[in-house]
Amino acid sequence: MNSAQLEIQLIASLVAIACAIPGTFLVLRKMAMISDAISHAILPGIVVGFFITQDLNSPLLILLAALTGIITVVLVEYIQKTGLVKEDTAIGLVFPALFSIGVILIAKNANDVHLDVDAVLLGELAFAPFDRLLFNGIDIGPKSLWVVGLILLVTVSLLILFFKELKLSTFDEGLSASLGFSPAIIHYGLMSVSSVTTVGAFDAVGAILVVALMISPAASAYLLTTDLKKMLGLAISFGVFSAVFGYWVAHWLDASIAGSITTVLGLVFLLVYLFAPTKGIIAVMYRERQQQIEVSLLTFLLHLKNHDELEERHVNHLYEHINWQKVRAKSVLDLAQKNNMIRLDKNIVSLTEKGDQFTSKAIDYIMTNEDAQIEDMKADFFLFRG
Amino acid sequence: MDITTYIELVFSDYTLRTITLGTAILGAITGMLGSFAVLRKQSLLGDAISHAALPGIAIAFLITGAKDSNTLLIGALVSGLVGTFWIKNIVTKTHLKSDTALGLILSVFFGFGMLLLTFIQKQPNANQAGLDKYLFGQAATLVESDVWMMAIITGVCLLVMLTFWKEFKILLFDADYTKTLGFNTRIIDILITVFIVLAIVLGLQTVGVVLMSAMLLAPAAAARQWTNSLSKMVVLAAVFGAFSGVFGTAISASQNNLSTGPVIVLVASVFVAFSFIFSPSRGLLFKQIRVIKNRRDLELHKTLAFMYHIAETHENISHPHTVKLLNNFQGYTKSTLQKLVDKDYVKLNGNMWSLTPTGFETAANLYTKQSTNDE
Repeated sequence: MNSAQLEIQLIASLVAIACAIPGTFLVLRKMAMISDAISHAILPGIVVGFFITQDLNSPLLILLAALTGIITVVLVEYIQKTGLVKEDTAIGLVFPALFSIGVILIAKNANDVHLDVDAVLLGELAFAPFDRLLFNGIDIGPKSLWVVGLILLVTVSLLILFFKELKLSTFDEGLSASLGFSPAIIHYGLMSVSSVTTVGAFDAVGAILVVALMISPAASAYLLTTDLKKMLGLAISFGVFSAVFGYWVAHWLDASIAGSITTVLGLVFLLVYLFAPTKGIIAVMYRERQQQIEVSLLTFLLHLKNHDELEERHVNHLYEHINWQKVRAKSVLDLAQKNNMIRLDKNIVSLTEKGDQFTSKAIDYIMTNEDAQIEDMKADFFLFRG
Repeated sequence: MDITTYIELVFSDYTLRTITLGTAILGAITGMLGSFAVLRKQSLLGDAISHAALPGIAIAFLITGAKDSNTLLIGALVSGLVGTFWIKNIVTKTHLKSDTALGLILSVFFGFGMLLLTFIQKQPNANQAGLDKYLFGQAATLVESDVWMMAIITGVCLLVMLTFWKEFKILLFDADYTKTLGFNTRIIDILITVFIVLAIVLGLQTVGVVLMSAMLLAPAAAARQWTNSLSKMVVLAAVFGAFSGVFGTAISASQNNLSTGPVIVLVASVFVAFSFIFSPSRGLLFKQIRVIKNRRDLELHKTLAFMYHIAETHENISHPHTVKLLNNFQGYTKSTLQKLVDKDYVKLNGNMWSLTPTGFETAANLYTKQSTNDE
């Protein structure tokens, strides 16, 4: 690993951390799509800034572009407030228009602007180490490393300073407003940080990857924990892991670094989405199936309790009567037998004492509408769940 | 180039005719289907779908190695559908909200697509050049067969929409009721979604992945401002979309270095802005005018009530008072006074005013009964 490779991975990791922090709050506040809008809409700001400064890393350009991001947010909110269209439509109307302006500006000045649209969408991390920052004639590292590092520093200090306020206003806006924290200031503060981060990361990783780095780690983390601090930590680790691993995948495939980091982010999400312990898709489906069997078992026991006649309790009749398929009926029957709820005697099913008690309780459970009473009973009914 | 020569060119020049027709048809179909997306609060789904289509294009190229636009569009269709149904699955099966699911699928699929595209570019296959036109679209690459394809799909869409109009409409406005009526909402839902994906995929070649969502939204959002009826909205959106296509093509053709996609999107955005401001019932301009008018009426009433309280203290209600008396009063302006005179509530005589009997009558009843003749 040479120093350029190390620098690229360092920049990518810092960008990932800087994005994961505001991204977590955007996901929790259900404003994830705003990051997409900002990342597209800052294009005209970047182009105009570039006309003025001729340097993609100049602070003036970053400020100008971040301002465009804020303008986007304000514009979206203004359109929402008129009530003419729904919130998401407002987002969808504003950013393509601004992005189009940016694309046209670039195209019209293609000859004198050293900026092409592909680079804007994707960034070019591979070139980042070549743009050095000289201080007193001494090379002190790539420019974008300093830019991203500075943004990260500001983001982290803001996060530490206002963690309490951010947390409160994210989860209970009403309470935080009544305690005197202005929701508007926190909202626009978060938006400003998101805009600045987007612009700062833009040059390095491009518009689309910024969105991926903001949303994807936070979404994966949200499936694993409900604790804000843990979620932030997980999101940051996912981001950094994807940045480093993605770089090596790109190196191996000789393809775009940004695209490969995004792909790794997607894979991480896919894994979490499938295998997360309680909220992953497999866990959810398993739970749904268990609940289905539990309900079937209850229905079956209730049926037995209601009927004393022999013909109603014959195994074959049960198949037909409750209208279950053979396999399902068999699995319910087996489960009941395993739990000593029923007795089988010459294909006639009858409740055991335990089953009888259980069924009476179940009737109580169904009839009771008071939450407190149900809470006690719930535990009894989860006996099948491992 | 002036307009008449341009119109002549549209009919005589093959390329221009193809592009104009193509963008017009595209605008019409996206406007039509976009109405459903907007009303179903799925505006941003279009954005996600169009981005999600990119890896499909790349994979289709990797498999076939040919740059036939129909094959690539089938790839786009498949990956767009995969993205859409993954989004739906995330929203229903986990506690992640739809905005997160949209942003996630959008960026991840697009990033994966870009990875594949850059990977393809490094391949020795000389055929690969020009795949990146799908990013921003290139209307100039449209050929007659593409336009035919669009026209056929639009026709099929129209046919299906007319056949299932009732079902589409009822699902749109009351999904639960639709279910109780015994319609299979899942199938109708999938049908609408597939058509939306289809419309987006059709537009990729012309407008590109990034801006396609605006084609879906903007005409529909503009049309929504002019009507409250679904059928009128769909027709209007199709018209707006078609005109955006035609005008956008015209503007970009008359200038150098102006890509068609962004111009079409900007024209559509102008339609939206115009509709937001000038729509008679919902528009901002007329809303503001109504607010001002109401405020004026209120001030008129205030002045009249003030005069009434002065006149009350005199035996003769038409006893003249000086205008100066009104100067301390906020609701008073020269024009409101003139309005009162016009309505024959007040008589002006030099610097003196006096209430007429009708004016006194109106003022007395101003706050006690609902006046039918509210001015």
